[in-house]
Amino acid sequence: MELFDLTIHELHEKLKKKEVSSVEATESCLARIEATDERVNAFISVTAGEALQAAATADQRIARGDIDLLTGIPLALKDIFLTKGVKTTCASKILANFIPPYDATSWLKLKERGAVLLGKLNQDEFAMGSSCESSAFGVTRNPWAFDRIPGGSSGGSAAAVAARQATATLGTDTGGSIRQPASHCGCVGLKPTYGRVSRYGVIAYASSLDQVGPMTRDVTDAAILLGAIAGHDPLDSTSVDCPVPDYRKSLLPELKGMKIGLPAEYFIEGLDADVKQAMDAAIATCRALGAEFVEVSLPHTDYAVATYYLLATAEASSNLARYDGVRFGHRTKESGGLLEMYMKSRAEGFGTEVKRRIMLGTYALSSGYYEAYYLKAQKVRTLIMQDFLKAFNAVDLLLTPVAPTPAFKIGEKTADPLQMYLSDIFTIPVNLAGTCAISVPAGMSKSGLPIGLQLVARPFGEETLIRAAYAFEQATGWHKLKAEL
Amino acid sequence: MKITRKQVEHVALLARLKLGEDEIATFTGQMDAILAYADKLNELDTDGIVPTAHAVPMENAFRPDEVSPSIGVENALENAPEKADGFFKVPKVIE
Repeated sequence: MELFDLTIHELHEKLKKKEVSSVEATESCLARIEATDERVNAFISVTAGEALQAAATADQRIARGDIDLLTGIPLALKDIFLTKGVKTTCASKILANFIPPYDATSWLKLKERGAVLLGKLNQDEFAMGSSCESSAFGVTRNPWAFDRIPGGSSGGSAAAVAARQATATLGTDTGGSIRQPASHCGCVGLKPTYGRVSRYGVIAYASSLDQVGPMTRDVTDAAILLGAIAGHDPLDSTSVDCPVPDYRKSLLPELKGMKIGLPAEYFIEGLDADVKQAMDAAIATCRALGAEFVEVSLPHTDYAVATYYLLATAEASSNLARYDGVRFGHRTKESGGLLEMYMKSRAEGFGTEVKRRIMLGTYALSSGYYEAYYLKAQKVRTLIMQDFLKAFNAVDLLLTPVAPTPAFKIGEKTADPLQMYLSDIFTIPVNLAGTCAISVPAGMSKSGLPIGLQLVARPFGEETLIRAAYAFEQATGWHKLKAEL
Repeated sequence: MKITRKQVEHVALLARLKLGEDEIATFTGQMDAILAYADKLNELDTDGIVPTAHAVPMENAFRPDEVSPSIGVENALENAPEKADGFFKVPKVIE
């Protein structure tokens, strides 16, 4: 067992007992990155010098007895989180040289508790994608099979956990961007309720859907990280002011009295046979742990992907208007007037998927089409939310697959954007409903690819999620499998 | 066809994107396919349904209007592609 193999809670115990130092743990992760990242490409930038300095500072804190669960723990962040003085690109050429003047609140909270930043992780450009293939800095490869995508958009965050390059990472989830890569890479990914975690300093994609969450080796680490980043932030007016419980108190190994719904619309024909088998096994496990299952219906599921791609692209077209070559980011070298400068800077800086989504969103918001597309989608969103609220009147949790198939091959879906969008069919409805969900390792395909299980709870039901996910994890042990690298 | 080449050119101008010939052609076909897929929303009767703009019911979030420190001119200009005399510099706007 190497130091880079340890979870947050395991490393914390060793740091507390002074069996190891944060510098040693950080060096172990940096060496691991050095040894594996040429193949995985999870990192856009590695901040070795700063990391070792932060680790030395953490060791001084620990020597004084000032130790917290996160003190001295080496972490890495999706390159969508602003990090003061550390280049933040959002995997786009338009921000290739951007050095943020401030920190994202979620990162600042971890930094203040003594966490160490190893570097910034690859993703789809501006979080737009399901495969990490839209990054301007090359695709990240799935540590379980290098010819496969790691999932997206937080593909680097998932791959770094699976490759054991970082103890844990943060990602963001707009339509499944934490849960789907976690599922494809065999780690735990938690998408909190909309408003649970501050988005201040997180580069915006679709503001009515974006949420920050942990990506970890096990459920205990997810509970620790969520507890550290959750809570109201005066700098994000959409963060909700409700108390943050100690999520570790929900780490209980049984499911007695828990009622779990199986949405009929998620167990469809065309679901991959290995995924289906993993779900059946998961249901049997949960039943043995004391859970009761009932069938429920989310009748508007089939409309979620269309709704999402109208709303998310419309919001993106507005959010990405800020990249105009004036205050930060790329500016064209070609001469011309102001309008030409805007148009050329944006054309040179953005990649194809980002342009496509800006175009689609601008169209959906444009005069004459607003009611037919954007307003219609907002109304269907209401119907989708009501489906979930009705289901949660009858059950505590929903159990579904995270994705219809295990990780697909690199290049398999790049030519057909619609097919790519449909790979998020089981995760998107949760973002539209604004509620919380977790992806937990639940099996392996015949070809050796991880399969994730999604649990969904009512808004602010993260304790229920963590309890069920922990009980399942402890009963099965799928999270202990390691990708050979 | 849901969308024509001419509409794509118009939307590109609205979005401030200078697209190449090949991009216009590709996007016309792809946007057409995606919008045709989105048409399935018309299967649903949404008369009288209140649109959702925000997942969490929330009124305007007010805070006291108090002076607090900001990042300052120097930091704000740090990432500017061009700057002069404490300002962002852009190509000439008025002839």
